[in-house]
Amino acid sequence: MDFFLVSLIKIVVVFGAFMTTLAYLQWVERKVLAHIQLRLGPQRVGPHGLLQPLADVIKLATKEGVIPANVNTFFYILAPFLAVSLALISIAVIPFGPAIELFGVRTNLELTSLNISVLFVLAVSSVGVYGIALGGWASNNKYSLMGGLRSSAQMISYELPMAIALATPLLVLNTLDLRQIAERQGGGWFWNWTAFSYPPLLFVAFFVFLVSAFAETNRVPFDLPEAENELVAGFHTEYSSLAFAGFFMAEYANMLTITCVATTIFLGGWHPPFPAPYSNFVPTALFWFFGAVLLYHGLAQPFRRWDRFTFPIFGVLSFGLGAVFLAAATVLPIIGQILLPVFWFVAKVGVLLFLFIWVRGTLPRFRYDQLMRFAWTFLFPVALGCLLLTGLGVALFG
Amino acid sequence: MIPMPNLDVLAFLVLATFAVLCGLSVILQKHAVASALSLIGVMGSLAVLYLMLGAEFLAAVQMIVYAGAIMVLFVFVIMLLNAGSEKRGPIHYFPYLVGIPALLAFLGIIGWFIFNELPQTAVVKFGAFTQGGPAPIGRLLFTQYLLPFEVTSLLVLIAIIGAMVLAKKEID
Repeated sequence: MDFFLVSLIKIVVVFGAFMTTLAYLQWVERKVLAHIQLRLGPQRVGPHGLLQPLADVIKLATKEGVIPANVNTFFYILAPFLAVSLALISIAVIPFGPAIELFGVRTNLELTSLNISVLFVLAVSSVGVYGIALGGWASNNKYSLMGGLRSSAQMISYELPMAIALATPLLVLNTLDLRQIAERQGGGWFWNWTAFSYPPLLFVAFFVFLVSAFAETNRVPFDLPEAENELVAGFHTEYSSLAFAGFFMAEYANMLTITCVATTIFLGGWHPPFPAPYSNFVPTALFWFFGAVLLYHGLAQPFRRWDRFTFPIFGVLSFGLGAVFLAAATVLPIIGQILLPVFWFVAKVGVLLFLFIWVRGTLPRFRYDQLMRFAWTFLFPVALGCLLLTGLGVALFG
Repeated sequence: MIPMPNLDVLAFLVLATFAVLCGLSVILQKHAVASALSLIGVMGSLAVLYLMLGAEFLAAVQMIVYAGAIMVLFVFVIMLLNAGSEKRGPIHYFPYLVGIPALLAFLGIIGWFIFNELPQTAVVKFGAFTQGGPAPIGRLLFTQYLLPFEVTSLLVLIAIIGAMVLAKKEID
């Protein structure tokens, strides 16, 4: 009975956190992009547009869902379902922290333990293309069809370098279980992480993985399947209301999953970058610094009218969070065993997500032939060379 | 207390039924894309059956290679050629004349094997087989089956180069 109860609690917590992150990731993206382009971004709903995701959800859910006349209805409706469910499934095998003991129950901070979880993630991501391809084809619209075709070709091409780049650290770690992968990178400094072992081979593999991840998630500079100015948004042109929201959500869920995988395999999972007694105080220091900046800007230098109220409130909240982490690191090890690993995991995922948004704000889109040539004549040979050299290294020194 | 049904058997029955239904759907669907998707259904349920039998590596590879790579190519080609629905042509009697006896012969052979071989086989126990992970399969591939493995990879390479040569000739 314990197993079911614990699993249920974990599912509720992970699902809730995942969905909230998805909604706010979009807010963060709009804000960061806006500031890169010297704009303010969402500002109307709630302080600094903080309630904008809620408004968007209500808007999308209450819009009329139009099914165009000449679509293939069954596949037209199936496509967003496929896209969303395949995008949400992978989070089940991601480990967020070590094994913990709470109220006498011992459990791992993840939903499922699989001994082939890396292969599971690869399998789900390789099937994920059907949502987009089918959506584009069933819409019965030439731009949508072009988007779906581009997406299938792109995802087949970039899956190869991604899978090979993913296989490279597996040579060093010698396991396919994401939990063991994260555990084997722990114990000390950040150069124990896979991305920094056998330098610079695995860092190159990490780079190849990240570039392919951009393509797999259809993000700028590889967002050819939905290139607005060529394809009128591509495969989801004909979709409206919640079906459109499904595709939208799937894109962000894929982004989140792939950064979680990159964190777990290449960046040491939940392990801090330097040893434990000192790294435990980093979250507190960060939150207090953030709180101090907010208080200064709110009380001494309010730029806008409402900043006088909103900035100090969030500053105090940030100080409170810092205090919670301080307590967790010193007097409450029961909370600390959950909060601290999860903090480091979330921090690394957050940095990678910021990188995704940063690149979107910086780079222009590739042309389609450039995209394909880049995958086959640059990324693929580089990934293969990395794999072979790492294999040689492991055979000689491993 | 309700007696717990054997969940393995239940899952097997559900998946096997799904696989057979999808297999039927592959040949009965009029539209090529629908057939291809039914084939993916067959492969998916086969993968879960492999997983239940303890061959987790095989299950993952089934999903990655067949459902994720080969079928994506199939679907891609079907969409690229924009194949429409099948049209009903004039009725030919030749397929019936040859097909029905061939089907009966095939069923007879299958039935003969089932009646002769079934008494000698043991009952499958789900979870009894534990050698399906990546390590045992990798060891087998690189020791006992090294030659067939390498020959197959060479064959695939030859096929790729042959396809390229043929396509080049068409373009020129």
